[in-house]
Amino acid sequence: MLIKTIFSGFGGQGVIMMGYLLATAGMVEGKNVTCLPSYGAEVRGGTANCTVVVSSEEIASPVASEPEYAVLMNNPSLIRFQNQVQSGGTIFLNSSLIEDRPIRGDLEIYEIPLNDLTKQLPENRGANVIMVGAFIKKSGLVSPETMIRVLKNTFGGKNPAVFKLNKSALMLGYEYLK
Amino acid sequence: MRGNHVVGEAAIRAGCRYYFGYPITPQNEIPEYMSEKLPEAEGGVFIQAESEIASIHMVIGASMAGGRVMTSSSGPGISLKQEGISFLCALELPAVIVNMSRGGPGLGNIAPSQSDYFQATRGGGHGDYRTIVFGPNSCQELADLTYEGFNLADKYRTPVLILGDGMLGQMMEPVELPQEIPLKKLPAKDWALTGAKGRPSRFIRSLILDPIKEEEHNWKLMRKYEKIIREEVKWETYFADDAKMMVIAFGIAARIAKGAIKRLREEGVKVGLLRPITLWPFPFKAIKDFSKKVKHFFVFEMNMGQMVEDVKLGIEGNAEVHFYGRPGGVILTPLEIARVISSQYYQKRLG
Amino acid sequence: MKKIFSRPKSLKTTPFHYCPGCGHSIIHRLIGEVIDEMNLQEKIIGVPPAGCAVLAYNYFDIDMGEASHGRAAAVATGLKRAVPDRVVFTYQGDGDMAAIGTAESIHAAARGENITTIFVNNGVYGMTGGQMAPTTILGQNTTTSPRGRKEKVEGFPINLSEMLAIAPGSSYIERTAVNTPANILKTKKAIAKAFRLQIQGYGFTLVEVLSACPTNWKMDPLKASKWIDEVMASHFPLGVLKDTPGDKKDAH
Repeated sequence: MLIKTIFSGFGGQGVIMMGYLLATAGMVEGKNVTCLPSYGAEVRGGTANCTVVVSSEEIASPVASEPEYAVLMNNPSLIRFQNQVQSGGTIFLNSSLIEDRPIRGDLEIYEIPLNDLTKQLPENRGANVIMVGAFIKKSGLVSPETMIRVLKNTFGGKNPAVFKLNKSALMLGYEYLK
Repeated sequence: MRGNHVVGEAAIRAGCRYYFGYPITPQNEIPEYMSEKLPEAEGGVFIQAESEIASIHMVIGASMAGGRVMTSSSGPGISLKQEGISFLCALELPAVIVNMSRGGPGLGNIAPSQSDYFQATRGGGHGDYRTIVFGPNSCQELADLTYEGFNLADKYRTPVLILGDGMLGQMMEPVELPQEIPLKKLPAKDWALTGAKGRPSRFIRSLILDPIKEEEHNWKLMRKYEKIIREEVKWETYFADDAKMMVIAFGIAARIAKGAIKRLREEGVKVGLLRPITLWPFPFKAIKDFSKKVKHFFVFEMNMGQMVEDVKLGIEGNAEVHFYGRPGGVILTPLEIARVISSQYYQKRLG
Repeated sequence: MKKIFSRPKSLKTTPFHYCPGCGHSIIHRLIGEVIDEMNLQEKIIGVPPAGCAVLAYNYFDIDMGEASHGRAAAVATGLKRAVPDRVVFTYQGDGDMAAIGTAESIHAAARGENITTIFVNNGVYGMTGGQMAPTTILGQNTTTSPRGRKEKVEGFPINLSEMLAIAPGSSYIERTAVNTPANILKTKKAIAKAFRLQIQGYGFTLVEVLSACPTNWKMDPLKASKWIDEVMASHFPLGVLKDTPGDKKDAH
C-alpha cells in the first residue's frame, strides 16, 4: 500500500496543516509517511500545497508523480492538479469556492461546501478540518479515532476550546459524506 | 518532524550549545528552533548575528573555547561564510555548518536546488583545504548525520558541512532521534582556549610566515584529509546487484531517483542506484568497482552537472556517463526521471 | 639588590619585532603589566588581529586565538559567550576595527558584549606598507593617498569610538595616547579600568590608543610623538568618551 495525496489551496486556508494532520495520523498508526509542503516567499494569499505519502513500506520519493487523491480548496488548485491525479483517483473539492468542475470522466469527485458547513461551527472556522473529516471518511487512510488523538495533541495543549472546535469540525466533515 | 527542526534537535542532542546565524530562507526554522531550545540547555547560547560573516566568526570563537557549535544558512549566506570556513580549516577548529541550499546563482530563488555541490566539496574559500560534506536524503539521515557530524568534527578538528536543500528542510517525516550526549562525557579538548590556568599558555593561529613551516602545516592537514578519505567514505546502493545501468544521485534527488527506479523495476528495467552519502570524501572507489561490471551510468542532479565530474573521475573512462539535470529549483517527479532513464536504457539496447 | 623594573610575567621573553618608535610594543607592555597586576594571566584570552599586531601571540604568555581581518569582535563574542567567566579582549588596528570590521565592532558594542577592545589607531595600514586607513586624517599623505587625503576624493576619516559611545550597549570608552610618559600612564589606567568593568559585567568597553607609526609616517620617533599631540589629537581628541558606571576612583 502506497497512497499519495496532494492538498492545495490559498496560503492561509490551512492546507499545510491538513497535510500535517494526515501525515501525523499515519505515523501514529505505524505507517511510513512523508509530508512535503511547498513554501513560498509570501506568508498569506499565495498558493500552498502539500504532498503526503502514506505507505506500509519504505517511501522512496516524497514527491508524487500521480497522486491517488487531490484535496482542492480553490479554483487555481483544481486547474493545476486535476490532470495529475491518476486514472481512477479521487478529487475532494471545496464547492463553496470552486465553480469549475473537472473535465475528466475517470475520477471520483466529492463536493464539500465548506463555507456553508463552517456556519454550523462557532466563529465560522475549521474549514480545513471539515475537509480532513470528509477526506478520511472516503479514503479510509486513517481512522477518525486516530485523527481525534492527533487533533488533541496538536491543539489540545494550548487551548482546549480549539481542540473542541476542531473535533466538531472533523466529525461534521466525516458525517457530511455518506 | 520538519527537516530543519530535526537538524536543531539532533545538534542539541549531540551536545551543541552554541548557535550563531543570520536569517535566510529556506532554513529559518533552524535558528528559530535554536533560539527556543538553546537557552533552556545548560550554558546554551543563541545569537542572531549582524551578518553571515560575523556568525561564522562567532562560531570560530566558541569553537576555540572548546564548545560544540553550529551555524546554518542557504547558498548566498554560505558564500559569505567561506572566509570563516577557510579559517576553521586552517585553525583546525571543529564546527558544523548546515546549507539548506536554494536555486542560484546570485539571489536565485528559494526553491530546492543542488547547485552548491562545487561550493561544498571544493570549498569556496581560499587555500588548500577540504571539508567533510554530508548529503542527507531524509529527515532520519538529517538527524543521524548532524549528530555524527559533531563527533567527526571533534575527532578530526575540522568543520563538517551538511548539504541539504530547501525541500529536505521543509519536509516532514517521522524520525528516531539519537540519544542525548551528556556534555561531561565528551572528550576533553587539550587545545581549547580557556585561560592558561595550571598549564602553559596556548595560541590558535593560521598565520605561518615561514614557508617551510606553512608547508608542513599544509602537509599535516593533507595527512588528516587522507585519513578521512580512508575511513569516512559513506554510500549506499539500491537494486544494484543485477543492474545494467547505474543511476548516481545524492540527497533529495536520490529519493526521487529511487521512486523512479522502483517504478522501472516493476517494468523489468534493470537499473540500480548508487547514492554517495559523503560528498567529500567521495566514493570514488565504489564507483570505480561498479564501472568494471556496469558500462552505463546515469547521473541525475538538480543542477547543471556538478557531481557528474566526480563520477567521471571515479569511472576513469571505463564506462559511459549520461547526465540529466534540472537546475533552478525545479522539482521533478519520479515519473519524469523514470521516462528519461528508460529512454537511455533502451537507446543503449540494454533491454 | 632590589629589582625595581622587570618584564611582566604575562609577556614572553621574545624580543618585539616592531619598528623603532612604534606604539605597539608600549601597548603590549601596558597590557602585560595590567594582566600581572590584576592577576589575570590564568583567566584572560586575547584575540589578536590581522595587521602589525598579528604576531601578538608570540609576545603574550596568555591564551590567544587569531581572528581574520576585522572579525575580532565576532570571534571574541563567541569566546566570551562560551566561557563567560574569563576575561576576553581584542587587540585591533584602525583598518581592522574601523574599515573591514566596522559591522562586527558596532554590533558587538550595540549588543553590549562583555568584552574589551584595545583599538590601536595609527592612521595608516602599517603592515601592508602605509596605505590610507579609515582614520587617516585630511591632508595626510599615505601610499594610496599620495597627494594627501582630500574630503572630495578619499572622503572624511571616521571617528569610530565616538560612534560606539552612542550605543547603549557600550559602558566605557576612552581615547588615550602613548606618546608621552603621562599619556602612557593614562593608557595603562584606562586598560585596567576596562578590564575591571568587564569583570564587573558592565558590557562593552574600549580603549582607543593613538599610536605612532614613524616608519609609514616618514618621521623620526620624536617628531611622530609630537605629531600625535599637535595634529592627530585635534582630529581624535583624547579623553573619556563614555563612562556609564562613572566610577570616580579611576578618574584622571
